[in-house]
Amino acid sequence: MPETITPLAVSAYTVTSALGYGLADHRRALEAARGGLRPNDFSEAPLACWIGRVDGVEEAPLPAALAAWECRNNRLAWLGLQQDGFLAQAEAAIARYGAARIALVLGTSTASIGATEEGYRRLHDGRMPAELERPAIHMPHSLTAFVADALGLQGPALTVSTACSSSAKVFASAERLIRLGLVDAALVGGVDTLCGSVLFGFNSLELVSPERCRPFDRARRGLSLGEAAGFALLERAEAAPQAPRLLGYGEASDAHHMSTPHPEGLGAELALRDALARAGLDAAQVDYINLHGTASQKNDEVEAALIGRIFPASTRASSTKGYTGHTLGAAGIVEAAFALLALEHGFVPGNLGGDEPDPTCGPQFAWQHERRDVRIALSNSFGFGGNNACLAFGKAAA
Amino acid sequence: MSLRIHVEGIGVWSPQLADFAALRGWLDGTPPPAPTAKPPAATLPANERRRAPESVLLAIEVAGQAVAMSGRTAAELACVFGSAFGDLSITDYMCETLAHTPTELSPTRFHNSVHNAPAGYWTIATGCHAPSSAVCGWRDTVGAGLLEAAALALADQRPVLFVCGDVAGAGPLLPLSGCTQAFGCAFVLAPEASERSVATLSLELVSRKETNTEASALPAAWGEANPMASAALPLLSVLAGRNRRCAMAAAGELGLDIHRENIA
Repeated sequence: MPETITPLAVSAYTVTSALGYGLADHRRALEAARGGLRPNDFSEAPLACWIGRVDGVEEAPLPAALAAWECRNNRLAWLGLQQDGFLAQAEAAIARYGAARIALVLGTSTASIGATEEGYRRLHDGRMPAELERPAIHMPHSLTAFVADALGLQGPALTVSTACSSSAKVFASAERLIRLGLVDAALVGGVDTLCGSVLFGFNSLELVSPERCRPFDRARRGLSLGEAAGFALLERAEAAPQAPRLLGYGEASDAHHMSTPHPEGLGAELALRDALARAGLDAAQVDYINLHGTASQKNDEVEAALIGRIFPASTRASSTKGYTGHTLGAAGIVEAAFALLALEHGFVPGNLGGDEPDPTCGPQFAWQHERRDVRIALSNSFGFGGNNACLAFGKAAA
Repeated sequence: MSLRIHVEGIGVWSPQLADFAALRGWLDGTPPPAPTAKPPAATLPANERRRAPESVLLAIEVAGQAVAMSGRTAAELACVFGSAFGDLSITDYMCETLAHTPTELSPTRFHNSVHNAPAGYWTIATGCHAPSSAVCGWRDTVGAGLLEAAALALADQRPVLFVCGDVAGAGPLLPLSGCTQAFGCAFVLAPEASERSVATLSLELVSRKETNTEASALPAAWGEANPMASAALPLLSVLAGRNRRCAMAAAGELGLDIHRENIA
């Protein structure tokens, strides 16, 4: 078992998704049980499904100085950075610590591959159209390189791309760099945008639901894809005594299958126990778990069983994919933000879409919105290739 | 700031280099014959080897070499897989198919397209439940990934397998990638010196402008054919005992000054 870590302050965080721009929009939608999914109006070719699309990205070009980075994913990243005063807090941290003493660790599954897809639709003599002949936006590092450039960061800069656990694992990488003293703070997060690769890719695996996704419902038919941007600023606890805390994290591998979870949730359980051990917590101390809950047959069955065998009924659990859709590489940061909102505002989001609960779901499931004190909240994120992560957050020590 | 890390195993593969012994041969002036056309990737079961894309074969080949040299058990090693581009031949296939017949996209090629496909195949083949990651930093992937892997080894006091590799670009992405041939390398890194250690490295975080590398005796064409080779070959030359120090970029403004302290 790993040693407990010294908690870090989450001194700022923000999220932008189909539910809106910034934390207030998200909190309102979660409290009103109002989902953000709509019939697919995104893909070039028709595909009958529902998506979590962010409004307004088309009307929000990057500032002229950043135009070399222009593409939907970087636009969404830039929109996301403007919310909740996050950019100003990041700039204040740069002024406080120095640009070389802040790490940038971002997660993404497909980065700006939408721009690559667009180029292929408009090839000239086998070459990208001139305005897309920008190598940097066709690389999976596009997002991180853009944010580093936009903020003038000069420290370590890393993209984590482990499919749907990407922007959960960034917290782990950042904590290690701070613990070793290589940096004083870290800007973490993730951005993924809707694109043909994921819509038709998940469709090819028969994992896309033709209706709104219904996590943990007995009649669930697969996932709804979404897009989102989220960011958090991590610092040592003394820098922000009142801020919520990153208490721990866990990472583990299924060693089972590329696109199907381990049937007993072995990697997911190892990641969860790793997170509890680093946080120095017993399972019974956990008030809320934001579940991975994609609404795929297999994920929800395995995850429901995991929750049932580890947690008492006093631990509340729900998936929020019914609100945002599955935002893939951004899901980790989106759901970390939901766990932090739960801590700060004292509520448990209801599991939207679970109208007829699957019989594997135990008494831990919160089917409706609940007002209650949340002191400790976890967030699960599991990805293709059997890549599992779990984050543990808590209120600032009284 | 500097990190001290002990190297226990080294793997390398390119169309000119079958393994680390072959690289030593080149440095000694006795270049061995070129390896087989495809990385053998013997760690994979035969059926997986047939299905796996070239990027996975490359990563598994060098990972297998490094772990074998270390004498460690693969299942016990946390692992970090770096690739600047992912598998560009799959990206080329996906984008081409999406442009014309999106509903015919192959499910196998889709799940092989994730950046962590090599990490997935590796952990499945070796029964590894330890943390695994997949990272990138474009031209700075080797340095950024090495920093991530060394930080994991030192922070959690556990041995870590660091693998990086890129296959050649394809289609319209070939000129944009500047990558015309495969190159991969892998290292088993440990936080403590032991009888397994083959070299001790100090990694110093410096401004990129302050880095310097001794000239390498390896053919310049290898680095020109693959950005990852350009970054990694000087480090391999240091580990082969030919040079004492090298430098590589770890991010936009950040460099790693790497110094070999001793060699077994």
